[in-house]
Amino acid sequence: MAEPLLQVKNLSVSFQQDTVVDAIDFDIYGGESFALVGESGSGKSITALSVLRLLPNNANIQADSIALKGQNMLTIPEIDFCRWRGRRIGLIFQDPMSSLNPVMTIGAQIAEVIRLHFTLKPADIEQRVLELLQQVEIPAPERRMQEYPHQLSGGLRQRVMIAIALAGRPELLIADEPTTALDVTIQAQVLALLKKIQQQTGMALWLISHDLALVSNMADRIAVMEKGVIVETAPSTAFFKQPKHPYSRKLLAALPDIRHCLGKTATPSTPLLQVNDFKVWYPIHKGLFKRVVDHVRAVDGVSFSLHQGKTLALVGESGCGKTTLGKALLNLVPATGGRVWFDGVDLGQLSDEALRRKRAEIQMIFQDPFAAMNPRMLIADIIAEGLQALRPEISAEQRRQKVLHLLEQVELPASSAIRYPHEFSGGQRQRICIARALAVSPKLIICDEPTSALDVSVQAQILRLLQDLQQQQRLSYLFITHDLAVVGEIADEVAVIYQGKIVEMGAARQVLTAPQHPYTQTLLKAVPELKVT
Amino acid sequence: MVILWTDGLIFTLVLAIAISVGMMLRKPHFKRPLAKITQSKTSMVSLVILLCFAGVGLLDSVHYKDSRTGEIISLLDHVAKPLTEQTERTYSAPFSAYLYSKEMIIHDDGREKWDYPRLKYGAAHLDNPAQQKWPDILSKAAIGLGKGVLLALLLYLVFWMIRGRKSAEPYRPASKAALLTLFAIISLFYMLAYLSHWYHVLGTDKVGEDVFYQTLKSIRTGLVIGTLTTLMMLPLAIGFGIMAGFFRGWVDDVIQFIYTTLNSIPGVLLIAASILMVQVYMANHPEQFASVLIRADMRLLFLCLILGVTSWTGLCRMLRAETLKVREMEFVQAAESLGVTRPTILIRHILPNVMHIVLISVVLDFSSLVLAEAVLSYINIGVDPTTYSWGNMINGARLEMARDPVVWWPLSAAFLFMFTLVLAANLFADTVRNAFDPRRAEHG
Repeated sequence: MAEPLLQVKNLSVSFQQDTVVDAIDFDIYGGESFALVGESGSGKSITALSVLRLLPNNANIQADSIALKGQNMLTIPEIDFCRWRGRRIGLIFQDPMSSLNPVMTIGAQIAEVIRLHFTLKPADIEQRVLELLQQVEIPAPERRMQEYPHQLSGGLRQRVMIAIALAGRPELLIADEPTTALDVTIQAQVLALLKKIQQQTGMALWLISHDLALVSNMADRIAVMEKGVIVETAPSTAFFKQPKHPYSRKLLAALPDIRHCLGKTATPSTPLLQVNDFKVWYPIHKGLFKRVVDHVRAVDGVSFSLHQGKTLALVGESGCGKTTLGKALLNLVPATGGRVWFDGVDLGQLSDEALRRKRAEIQMIFQDPFAAMNPRMLIADIIAEGLQALRPEISAEQRRQKVLHLLEQVELPASSAIRYPHEFSGGQRQRICIARALAVSPKLIICDEPTSALDVSVQAQILRLLQDLQQQQRLSYLFITHDLAVVGEIADEVAVIYQGKIVEMGAARQVLTAPQHPYTQTLLKAVPELKVT
Repeated sequence: MVILWTDGLIFTLVLAIAISVGMMLRKPHFKRPLAKITQSKTSMVSLVILLCFAGVGLLDSVHYKDSRTGEIISLLDHVAKPLTEQTERTYSAPFSAYLYSKEMIIHDDGREKWDYPRLKYGAAHLDNPAQQKWPDILSKAAIGLGKGVLLALLLYLVFWMIRGRKSAEPYRPASKAALLTLFAIISLFYMLAYLSHWYHVLGTDKVGEDVFYQTLKSIRTGLVIGTLTTLMMLPLAIGFGIMAGFFRGWVDDVIQFIYTTLNSIPGVLLIAASILMVQVYMANHPEQFASVLIRADMRLLFLCLILGVTSWTGLCRMLRAETLKVREMEFVQAAESLGVTRPTILIRHILPNVMHIVLISVVLDFSSLVLAEAVLSYINIGVDPTTYSWGNMINGARLEMARDPVVWWPLSAAFLFMFTLVLAANLFADTVRNAFDPRRAEHG
């Protein structure tokens, strides 16, 4: 093979005593797309930042060589290296909102990069900005270049970021989780665009991601990183056919698969939750006296029913109202209209005190396990809180026993009880949240994206735990998610939400294999599937 | 034993601080920020200085009736007895043997002369001050310093014996700096106290009182203003701030209305009005105030009260904003869905998570309040004129600076002490803020 474009030899990065990247080697060749895959904390972003020398000062970088086209980048003084970043190596970050300057028009931000690396006349710069915006397929580029980042949607913003990265005509483009912050349909578009541009310009693409399914569609070669070490490097086709390293196999096995819904069989049971024409509207106030001029219809006339011991998945993209629906069912957000029957009781008819008690039978598991627990409380107190509030007659000793039993149920050691939330990893925290919800013996648990903040292998464990608990205790889940693959794993029924309304509902198998509504079809098409050839 | 209002409150406060620090030490999540404070040299040095100030202030807060004169005096007055009794006729410069203004002196032989007379106490033991004074000061200073060092060493030895040889290893450099500071303060202070037997080390003021004594007495006033005001304002700020942020709606509107209204009234105007009211009340009810000291104390307390009422709005606003943030956190919603009642949520989930802001702003406010007292006394609406305070000293300096030659020492003394106290408090607050700010705690 030809000389590699980027050659990294024996790179180690450490912060004080922690070695984050441990003696890794890899090459990226011109024109190929190379994917570095790993779970959070495996050191993949640090690797990219250390190549660009963008790490904070307390990072200790050691390498035999980091060479771009045979030129060792470690020996270049910083003042010259400034000219390399953006010019020879471009970078796209994860979050397009925080990477763009909110007080500059996007045209100015792209022009800034061009001016930095090329000496062009103002008219030529403007021409080049337009060209770039066209290249990243932004509609109406003349108008868009006058706009500010907040006027653009997430997908458009990421396109602008790509345009900025392309402005220097780099030989290597580093994309650090470029689509993680985007919705699944937008993600598909952005990835297709990246691929197209790569083929047009012939630059190398270094993709950093945690998502194996996504990578399988994009990359020519794949390197898997675990705890700072690259455990396997292989061409994409060979990798997905037969991963060599056990860790790679574990990652692949943990991937949720939409086709798992085929194995589900429907067993009849009684309805537990019935929602009829449910509405959550937020008033828009205007004028001196704050007249209500209109409403934001977050949830607009939703009806569904959930059976005992079953899982109903609410699927939709961000901003479609699915989280609001979950919170409104718990009365955490006031509902505007509609009726909710839970366990044969109309929740709207209950007094405040009765509602407080009845509501405990519906519990919620939140998306971010880091924000879902009071950092100043011990795990035992966190889990026992519901018991204390609802059944104050229980003695402290009984409560303690119950907490230990719950910890056992969610497969955590008993010693966790006297520790603080920050001592646990994301997956363990989610287990604690589940234990807290279980403490008050609920019949229904609303799971709001419970696994989207977790790594893929942890996600599989949590999903399995939820399924086990469902079988043991005949729990019902209202599973809110954007990830159709997860839906395939866990759901019996699926309701697809689009702009506050349910557009399609039915058995998981039917919705996921033979979608009727065009929106469901788009969603399904956008899900990156593992490409095994 | 006489307990004045401010005394009682101060000791309650000291007790409360001791209990809360004790409780914090038992909570593991406070260990890291506390370790950060104890590991920083600046903060430990400032803490030692602050504690020394607090020590003097506490000594000055134990009042009792002197059996001899029947006056109410404090322990500090007792310790500094020579200073209280050695009053001259009027101004005299630090370490001077002569008065600062000329008088008609009648010698034994009947001759009259218009000259600077000798002081009654300052350097009175010298026959020929012109030649003897500086060697005498130097030798006395050396003796004083030597004794001070000995005393400090003795204290250190006692401390060392109590604590045993096993000192906490990771805290070494900071605790060494703290010990050195303490060592220096004790030695220096002892030297000054020793010299005070023969000299007015910081001179005397208009009525011949020792300025060193005045500055020491002023420490208590500064501390009372700094701490008691905080004590007054905290319940208001925390209660209103958290309630406004948590309940929102009309509660929020009412509280916001109160504090914006209060904020739009000039603070000085409000303070002036209420101090005048107190003065009128005291003039109409002389029977309730048996002595000058009690009157002055009442006025000091009232000043703290009114300063507290005018200064809670800033913290309240910050707490409201923080509560708005915390109440949207998922653990609050989880608690709500678990059926936890609202008061419990407020106390158990919201309050502990906004406490770092309270801590930071309390320490920062302290120094600004000490300065506020000086400003208010300068425009005559501060503490009682009979109360020793840096503000009153600075107020007096208005005329002293206009004299020729300038009387510079009362102002300098007040400035020096106030500067040290406020600087120490600010440096300490800075470390506290760094240590407790979760965003900063993550890195470093």
